[in-house]
Amino acid sequence: MSNLVILPIIIPLIAGIIAVFLNKKVVITRGLTKIFIIANLAIVSYMTWIVFNSGSIILETGSWVAPYGIILVADPLSIVLVLTTNIVAAACAFYAPYSLSLKKEQHYFYAFYFFLISGVSGAFLTGDLFNLFVFFEVLLMASYALIVLGGDKVQLRESIKYVLINLFSSILFVTVVAFLYGVVGTVNMAQIAERVQEVEQKGVLTAIGILLFFVFGTKAALFPLYYWMPKSYIVPNPVISALFGALLTKVGIYSILRVFTLIFIHEINLTHEMFIWIAGLSMVFGIIGALSTNNIKLIVAYNVIPAIGFIIMGIGIFNQDAISGSVYYLIHDMIIKSALFLIVGVIAYVAGTSDLRKMSGLMHHYPLLGWLLFVSAFVLAGIPPFSGFIGKLLLLKGALTDEKIAIVIIALLTSLLILYSIMKIFIRGFWGEKNTTMELGKRSMKGFIGPIVFLLTFSVVLGIGAEYIYPSIDTISAYLLDPEQYIDSVLKE
Amino acid sequence: MEIIISILAGILIATGVYNLLQKQLLRIVIGTGLLSHGAHLFILTMGKLKRGQPPVLEDNITNYTDPLPQALILTSIVISFGVTSLILVLAYRTANENKTDNMEQLRGNENE
Repeated sequence: MSNLVILPIIIPLIAGIIAVFLNKKVVITRGLTKIFIIANLAIVSYMTWIVFNSGSIILETGSWVAPYGIILVADPLSIVLVLTTNIVAAACAFYAPYSLSLKKEQHYFYAFYFFLISGVSGAFLTGDLFNLFVFFEVLLMASYALIVLGGDKVQLRESIKYVLINLFSSILFVTVVAFLYGVVGTVNMAQIAERVQEVEQKGVLTAIGILLFFVFGTKAALFPLYYWMPKSYIVPNPVISALFGALLTKVGIYSILRVFTLIFIHEINLTHEMFIWIAGLSMVFGIIGALSTNNIKLIVAYNVIPAIGFIIMGIGIFNQDAISGSVYYLIHDMIIKSALFLIVGVIAYVAGTSDLRKMSGLMHHYPLLGWLLFVSAFVLAGIPPFSGFIGKLLLLKGALTDEKIAIVIIALLTSLLILYSIMKIFIRGFWGEKNTTMELGKRSMKGFIGPIVFLLTFSVVLGIGAEYIYPSIDTISAYLLDPEQYIDSVLKE
Repeated sequence: MEIIISILAGILIATGVYNLLQKQLLRIVIGTGLLSHGAHLFILTMGKLKRGQPPVLEDNITNYTDPLPQALILTSIVISFGVTSLILVLAYRTANENKTDNMEQLRGNENE
């Protein structure tokens, strides 16, 4: 029992409230944002150290004993994800002043940025299903405000769809929580897990589980439910796209990972088999989308879907290696997706267009940007020694152990096509003759490169330093496959 | 009592979904409102509907009302208020900027 767990939620909240009042004084807000996010990152790093050395930190708010009050649980999985969230957020904080117009900064960008982080951290840390819904709403409200920031015609058109689909899935979420409460009589995740094992008629619980999967699948942009995602992710400013691409869909996939390793594990043949099929279809349809377009932002946005497919594939296979792979891939993807969105944002800024057909020869003016894109394509596709390789290796190893050959073939082919889809930007945009119609070389990249290099460093370290990081991931995976550990740590202190 | 409320919630959700599938923006917004009302009634019904019982479990009391659904429903109502007001403003602005409130014309297939 320690109050430390509340800090990653409360610090961004306080920072956000301060940012609301200082909205016109942009210089001060920028400085404060950087100070707060770095302080938060330091605290979360310290917490990660504690969690890995002396076990989960649990907070029973208001001293209400576990199944009755709201609890916050910092276990190895959630704390690692909060740490990654803060790394991504820190990079975005340093990128934002160069990317956003002064007017957007004054219109409460920093406030909503902090509320978003607060909601995401809360969703990762909570140990209560209803509270998960509340934190989902916190982060969605912040994202509604961020997606319309600027208020362009296109932005409004796409954000109304974004808001509607998220609103619908939130309402479904409440209904499902009500159903689950009706069956097991609690909303505490550990207690639900305990009681689900005791319920005799599992059929109704499987139905509830699949409904819950629909809810989280919509937020995570899985195969039949992804249609809202790509276009709405490209309309806001690149820094906002980066935050969305890195954090929002990942909160959905985290919830699936949590719920389907802790609570609904009684009918693996039905639910988890279904996940493998959905994983394959997500990969195929996502990559088809990425290959079909010439808009560089849309290419990256579509690439979110196969990544989600890879993670859900690990959950579907459900053995030690596969779950390790999922967790590894989740962390890797949060970092590289935000880096890619930021890089593509810079390309669109310096080229003055995001249409691939209108650009060529960027290499003559921006060689560094070209190489950064090149490296991140390798990271994303999983070329050794970068981080994508380790995640995919573990996933494929898990799949081969269970003899799921079809999904292995789909995953490998998809990886190749992912590489092609990003390389297309490199080949068409960076190679070729100097394009005289574009006013290249006039816009400077000052300030953009730092955050991108910062994120790519983490990707490289995750890959090259896998020997040192893998044991921790393996611990998380063993922990997830043994729900008793979570239940014991929450209920029987 | 539970049966009647469940049917009512079902009707609300059915009409909500019907409105959600319309083309006019304002109807869609009303649809989301109806849907969330249906969901709230569901939560309340799941805790069993009783009258005249104390909401807290004390010693020697066997018959009590479940206070948790009421706490949940309150949170949920507040959230849906906020979202509904936001989406009304958003729908208004969208209709103004795009010069139409018909979802068919808000597809955005151009500039791909």
